[in-house]
Amino acid sequence: MALNRKIEELREKKKQILLGGGEKAIEKQKAMGKRTARERISALVDKDSFMEFDLFIEHDARDFDMDKKSLAGDGVIVGSGTINGSPVAVYAQDFTVAGGSLGMMHSRKITKIMDYALKMRMPLIGINDSGGARIQEGVNSLAGYGEIFFRNTISSGVIPQISVILGPCAGGAVYSPALTDFVFVVDNISKMFITGPEVIKTVLGEEISMEDLGGARVHSELTGNAHFFASDEEECFAQIKKLLTFIPRNNRNGAIAVEAREPDGKFDPEKIVPDDPTLPYDVRDVIRAVVDKSDFFEIMEMYARNMVIGFARLGGVTAGFVANQPQEMAGVLDVDSSDKAARFIRFCDAFNIPIVTFMDLPGYLPGVDQEHAGVIRHGAKVLYSYCEATVPKITVILRKAYGGGYIAMGSRHLRADFVFAWPSAEIAVMGPEGAANIIFRKEIMSSDDPEETRGKKVEEYRKKFANPYVAASRGYIDAVIEPGETRACLLHAIKATAGKTVKMIDKKHGNPPF
Amino acid sequence: MEDKDTGRLNIDSTIYTTRLSRKFLGRKPWSPADPGSVVSYIPGTVLDILVKEGQAVKKGEDLIILEAMKMQNFIKSVIAGKIKKITVEKGDRIGKGTLLLEIDPD
Repeated sequence: MALNRKIEELREKKKQILLGGGEKAIEKQKAMGKRTARERISALVDKDSFMEFDLFIEHDARDFDMDKKSLAGDGVIVGSGTINGSPVAVYAQDFTVAGGSLGMMHSRKITKIMDYALKMRMPLIGINDSGGARIQEGVNSLAGYGEIFFRNTISSGVIPQISVILGPCAGGAVYSPALTDFVFVVDNISKMFITGPEVIKTVLGEEISMEDLGGARVHSELTGNAHFFASDEEECFAQIKKLLTFIPRNNRNGAIAVEAREPDGKFDPEKIVPDDPTLPYDVRDVIRAVVDKSDFFEIMEMYARNMVIGFARLGGVTAGFVANQPQEMAGVLDVDSSDKAARFIRFCDAFNIPIVTFMDLPGYLPGVDQEHAGVIRHGAKVLYSYCEATVPKITVILRKAYGGGYIAMGSRHLRADFVFAWPSAEIAVMGPEGAANIIFRKEIMSSDDPEETRGKKVEEYRKKFANPYVAASRGYIDAVIEPGETRACLLHAIKATAGKTVKMIDKKHGNPPF
Repeated sequence: MEDKDTGRLNIDSTIYTTRLSRKFLGRKPWSPADPGSVVSYIPGTVLDILVKEGQAVKKGEDLIILEAMKMQNFIKSVIAGKIKKITVEKGDRIGKGTLLLEIDPD
């Protein structure tokens, strides 16, 4: 009987804390179109799988009357559960409790679950919804952020880290998501910035809304800080669950392979790519034509669209796809598309996911703005990440492969394991027009009809070099294949490279051009 | 956004038909820096103007104190000349890249 009373007491204590910031605060949260932290966790993990840690945590701040305030769970919910039956560690900041502000104990709950996730080698999912540092706790709050950043960094490349921005995430707090692998944002709910509209107004007199400064769209289209954009929380959670089906739970386990499935018949690889190298098409259709179920899960869909990245399966095995997109900016490499591809390649390499590259690019984007924005340094990231990657690297040259762009996009020279080329491939230092203008400059200039001569010389160059056979004659390409054979070749390459072992030179770490 | 069939991009004398990004369409054409135009390199508040129109200034002379990020930044002249025009007033809050004053070089 005495025990029963104690169980009752436990239930009563839990009930109080489970109310979070109380009904009024919850109403406010809902009025903003947001779910509560607990609802979010329920929506994310498998039913009844969540095991909460540290429910009874309390802060011990004394200053500014904080000793008189009790904050349920100190404004954050942490624990572990499963998604698709696979374990994950989760934390969710509770905006209804002191605005989800981060104090010392709040941060200790987060770092405890981060340590747990790292030790157990399971993915970490952080749901961010916080006004920022708990000012009353002063430097302890800053220390808390620092401890989180440290763990984000040491966990990088060991466990997948996912950040979900479901409210404000401002000031130093933004750097935890920025250090993680994938950032999810939701339209009208996510807000991320270093200095907010208030400060900008005071300092500059410029008025800007939170949405225009650091809303979901801004980070998906403009800054590249976000990887997945959703129109509501439900769609966002569905995206997270789908992502987790493609990636492994840590760097020692491979991604879970599923049963192989054929692509849909509606994408015919022979009919997607126009013969004329100056005409556009959607390279995602080529990916869909060759992958299982034609299911391509694109990442950073709205950012630097001239580069396409994402996951799909080949014979049930996850592969990371990197592809130039001719219908956007002719598929050029530039500052943004280089950053986008490089970081993705490094994720795949860290987590043992083979990289499949589809090449069709005219080279780098010319322009003063690009040069001054450091296209040299940013472009170098692509080279570095391909060279450094020891996972299977399979490259298919669909059409153009000109100049430095050819080298950068997973060429043989950067140690691709398989290089295939379609008969439409043109591997050359530059396009026929540019090359003819340089090589035959004198002949064209001194000709009676320069335009006619130019045209002839362009054709001459095109015939000689705008094909895959020169590169194939040097062994830079392993096989010239028909578009219809692409899936079979990729399946072969994925199987053949499954045991790939590369020993890199012993070193502490390299120094990539960040 | 333009239709994919209407945008044109010239790479190495070849014209590609493609969509052009907003960033590309919105880029600012480059122009060489004019040493006679003194422009703010950081947003802030004009705390003090140390020169007058018509005044001769030496290279390295302080022109304006611009308070930004709680620091008083002394904007110096990079050339010798005469102050042609002052385009801000004491107390003005200005953004990065705002013209502060113009100098007629000697």
